[in-house]
Amino acid sequence: MDLATILQVLDTTVRLATPLLFACLAGLFSERAGIVDIGLEGKMLAAAFLSAAIAAVTGSVWIGLSAGIVGALSMSAIHGLASITFRGNQLISGVAINFLAQGLTVVIAQSWFNQGGRTPALAGGARFHSITLPGAEALREVPVLGPIYYELISGHSILVYVALLCVPLSWWVLQRTRFGLRLRAVGENPAAVDTAGVSVERLRYAAVMICGVLTGFAGAYLATGLQAGFVRDMTAGRGYIALAALIFAKWRPWAALWATLLFGFLQALSLRPDVLEGVLRIDVSSQLLDALPYILTVVILAGFVGRAIPPRAGGEPYVKER
Amino acid sequence: MQKMPQWADVLLIPLVSLILAAFFSAVVILAIGENPWEALKIMVEGALGSTYGWGYTLYYATNFIFTGLAVAVANHAKMFNIGGEGQAVMGGLGVALVCLYIPFPHWTLALLAAAATAAVFGAAWAAIPALLQAKRGSHIVITTIMFNFIAASLLNYFLIGPLKADGMEPATARFPEAARLPTFQDMFSSPDNPLFRGAPANVAFFVAILACIAVWLLIWRSRLGYEIRSFGWSEPAARYAGISPVRIIMLTMLISGGLAGMMAINNVMGEAERLVLNSAEGAGFIGIAVALMGRSHPLGVFLAAVLFGFLYQGGAELSLWTGIPRDMVVVIQALVILFTGALDNMVRMPLERVFSTLRRAPKPDSKSTTARTAE
Repeated sequence: MDLATILQVLDTTVRLATPLLFACLAGLFSERAGIVDIGLEGKMLAAAFLSAAIAAVTGSVWIGLSAGIVGALSMSAIHGLASITFRGNQLISGVAINFLAQGLTVVIAQSWFNQGGRTPALAGGARFHSITLPGAEALREVPVLGPIYYELISGHSILVYVALLCVPLSWWVLQRTRFGLRLRAVGENPAAVDTAGVSVERLRYAAVMICGVLTGFAGAYLATGLQAGFVRDMTAGRGYIALAALIFAKWRPWAALWATLLFGFLQALSLRPDVLEGVLRIDVSSQLLDALPYILTVVILAGFVGRAIPPRAGGEPYVKER
Repeated sequence: MQKMPQWADVLLIPLVSLILAAFFSAVVILAIGENPWEALKIMVEGALGSTYGWGYTLYYATNFIFTGLAVAVANHAKMFNIGGEGQAVMGGLGVALVCLYIPFPHWTLALLAAAATAAVFGAAWAAIPALLQAKRGSHIVITTIMFNFIAASLLNYFLIGPLKADGMEPATARFPEAARLPTFQDMFSSPDNPLFRGAPANVAFFVAILACIAVWLLIWRSRLGYEIRSFGWSEPAARYAGISPVRIIMLTMLISGGLAGMMAINNVMGEAERLVLNSAEGAGFIGIAVALMGRSHPLGVFLAAVLFGFLYQGGAELSLWTGIPRDMVVVIQALVILFTGALDNMVRMPLERVFSTLRRAPKPDSKSTTARTAE
């Protein structure tokens, strides 16, 4: 096992963790405001499709990204309508959104592009390309640190750095601003926020919309950064892994970063079974690695490794006293 | 006092929700440049126009009855079992093991053994999330979602590893002839009047009907059912009445998981006759829509399951004859879940208002003079 292999696996880890991180932070804002969201998967999928489709048509990845965010936002709007305005069951709404995105993306893709439910392959300006950070080429020859900087830190697409920046930003918004304080309060005790004269509905809509924007980034990164185009069901359960990471992180931004990196690392390992076999000298089935995020989450939920306590008012529609 | 008569709750609201879902489905079909009316005609013709179509419709319906009942039973205890998919996958694993390794003299014995094993496997897969909910308070929705993925990985592992038959495909060997269930064609066809030719509907359909009756007896005619419903209605009240929450959560989820697992006698034993990847094909999730539409009542579940069977078979015909892909069914399914489940209040609140104004307004032509002094 040499440095190059380790760096390769870690590099893949960062790439695979990015969509998870966006989605996990998205879920964090929503759930901290008391709106449980199991529709992350669907929002990502909608964004992935629209970003790839619009990028393919316009040739501009930035227009594609905006379209992807609009797609995820419209799914968020449905979720908000169902769970805030009409006080419906948030879980069922999430399930509906996942199916809606799963079906609509393929139906529309087939109708627009006629390629069996996928978009044309993206190239050139229609994709996010990796960017080389300043000095990476020059420092490349420095032993150990050079390759780490060149391979691991530099050379990702811009959205990877945006995702990493979102972590301190989310922490700051939630912990250091008035909006964040109110948002957290509305997830714990909406009646108290209401008594203070702040609109519970408006705060929750704001949280759901932030969730939409972030899942929009997640989906757009999948289709235009990680891969070159949309294929059916391309999120492949990432929305649920993000949900698992959210529980793993106990609904905190910095912990979300570590949790998504861990789950990204597991995904990267299951792509390179030879690495693990080389280290452990035993045959580890890739199915076990695929299942590990879910198993870990169940263990966490069972309370064996610290307790994960969700926001208290999560999942409950708020009925203003009449 | 109830805000509206029961018939409105049971019939009118699902009907309005269904019309809304149909309307938006038609909008989607229009938007992709196809004709919704033609599409509906093709679906009806393809799914209900022949015994062959019915054979497929009822085959799909059988799957959905089992998973729908599974969700419905859990609903009565106010639990959302979203893990029907994983439980059905595990049921399939149980059926495969029984059919592959036990030489049965007759299909009836094979069916009994397979149904029992499928139920046990499904129940076992629901048992861990149930235990975590009952003892540790871990949210059952999240744990059952996680268990769906774990089940998929496990199935993958078995089909690539220990149970894999010779050949390229990740699938088990074909089950022996003695474990073959009679199809509708075997049962109802005569040489001069062939019916259901080649359609996969089989004897499991009747097992599904028996399951409906059993669930009705359980929920409304047994002590346990009463306890389940009281627990679902109000946990503190049930606790005060001496009902053990741990016991109810465990039993409800075991029954629910068992029902979802039993789906495997239809799709794995009755149709595929071997275990393949992704054997449940999303039927576990359709159970959610079916239970919501059927208002968690076995009769409603049965009707909703037939409706979704129609959608599935009709959707397959659509992709054959028009430019509408089969995924349109998923869209329709999403809209049904959205309107009957999540946006229930959007339909309910205006209707409640209509009924309460109707009730308040004195009817001029009504014979009964029981004066209603509501104003």
